[in-house]
Amino acid sequence: MDKHIDALMFKSLLKDGMVIHVGGFLTNGSPERLIDLVVESGVKDLTIICNDGGYEGNGVGKMINHHQVKKLIASHIGTNPDVGRLMNEASLEVELVPQGTLVERIRAYGAGLGGVLTPTGIKTMVEEGKKVIRVKDKDYLLELALGADLALIGGAVSDQYGNLKYRETMRNFNPIMATSAKIVVVEPVDQVQEIDPDDVVTPHPFVDYIMGGKADE
Amino acid sequence: MNDKQIIASRVALELSDGDLVNLGIGIPTMVADYVPEDKKIIFQSENGIIGLGPNKGEDNQIVNAGGLKASIVKGGAFIDSATSFTFIRGGHIDMTVLGALEVDQEGSIASWIIPGKLVPGMGGAMDLVTGAKKVIIAMRHTSKGRVKILKKCRLPLTAYQQANLIVTEMAVMAVREDGLHLLEVNPTYSIDDVVKATDAELIIRDVKPMRGLENENNA
Repeated sequence: MDKHIDALMFKSLLKDGMVIHVGGFLTNGSPERLIDLVVESGVKDLTIICNDGGYEGNGVGKMINHHQVKKLIASHIGTNPDVGRLMNEASLEVELVPQGTLVERIRAYGAGLGGVLTPTGIKTMVEEGKKVIRVKDKDYLLELALGADLALIGGAVSDQYGNLKYRETMRNFNPIMATSAKIVVVEPVDQVQEIDPDDVVTPHPFVDYIMGGKADE
Repeated sequence: MNDKQIIASRVALELSDGDLVNLGIGIPTMVADYVPEDKKIIFQSENGIIGLGPNKGEDNQIVNAGGLKASIVKGGAFIDSATSFTFIRGGHIDMTVLGALEVDQEGSIASWIIPGKLVPGMGGAMDLVTGAKKVIIAMRHTSKGRVKILKKCRLPLTAYQQANLIVTEMAVMAVREDGLHLLEVNPTYSIDDVVKATDAELIIRDVKPMRGLENENNA
C-alpha cells in the first residue's frame, strides 16, 4: 500500500478540536511543512502536545500565533513569548509537564498502559491533584497516559514501506509520538527505497501516511 | 577569571574520570571548558545525545538542549527522549549541574517559575535533579543584591531536598544531613562576606580557600 499523500489529502484529515502530537525539540526535527498546512487549513480549538512552545513563527509557534490552539501541553515555553502572553490573556491554556514525564506519558499510551509512576515532581506544584503511590518506601506520582488523534512526525528518513530512521538529534520525541496517535503522518527529511531492518527505529505499521515525495510530485 | 568562569572552573573539579554528566544552560554549560585533560567526561544532552560536543560549524542538524548547534564526539549516540530520560530518571547520570533562582539549606531547589512574572517551564530540570546521582547548583551567590541561598525556598520547587553541592563565585557549600556546610571560600571574600550574602544557616568548620581559581584552561 502506498502511504504517500499530498497536501490536500493531509488537510482532509484535520478537524476542529483535535488533539495533535507534534514532534521536535525547539523545532529541531519539527515537521514544519505539516504545521504550515495545519495553519493553512484554519482548523481551531486544537490541543497541541509538544516538548516546547517552539519560537515565534516557528514550530508549533505558528499554530499558536494563528490562535488555532486552545491548549498546549509542553515542558518548556520560555522560547516563545507568544505563549506566555496568550496564557496571561487566558486565550491559551498551558499544561506544563516535566520533560521526562511528558515523553513517558506519551510512550505509555502507545504501549497500552494507563499511566506511569514517577518520582519526578514529588513535593512540587506538579504533584497537585495527582495520586501519590508508595512503592517500597518511596513516593511516586501517578501520571496518566497521553495519546492523540494525530501525530505529526519530522526528522525522519522514510522508505517505500513507511519504515523510519531518524537523523541526528531530530529523533527526540518523534519515534515515541509515532506510537501514540490514531493517525500518524510523517514529513520525511529524505526518502530511500529501503531501510536496513537493523536500522529501522519506527517500523512501518506505526506510520499511516507519508507527506510529499511520490504522490506529491 | 570573571564570576562565571570562577564558578565553572570550580565545578569542573568535581568531575571524575568516566563520569556521564548533564550540564544545564548558562554557567553550567561553561563547565565543559574546564575539564582537566587527564579526565574523560561524557556529556549527555537531554534532547538526545550521549557524547555532546561543542559547535564545530559543521553542516548538520545536531543541537543541544538549548536548541543551539552542537556536535557529537567519537563513540557517541543519538537517542530518543524516552531513552534520554531513562538515563536521567533511572540514575544513570553521575552528575548534573544546573542554575537556580533559589536553593535552601535542605537542598530544595527552585528554578522553573516565578508566579505571575516568569513561567518558562521546567523542561528536563525536574527529572534531572530527581534522578542524577549528584546534583550541583552552579549560580551567582546573589541576584542583584537579592539573597538566593535560603533557609527555605519561597518560590515553587523544582525538587525537594535534591541538591548536594552549591558552587558560587564566593563559596562552595555542601548539603548534608545536619545542614549546609561552608566548605570553601574564595579568598577575595571573607567568611563574614559569605554569611552576610546568605540567608541559610551555614555550618562553619574547617573552611578552606576555594579551589579552581588558578585554572586557566581555555578561559
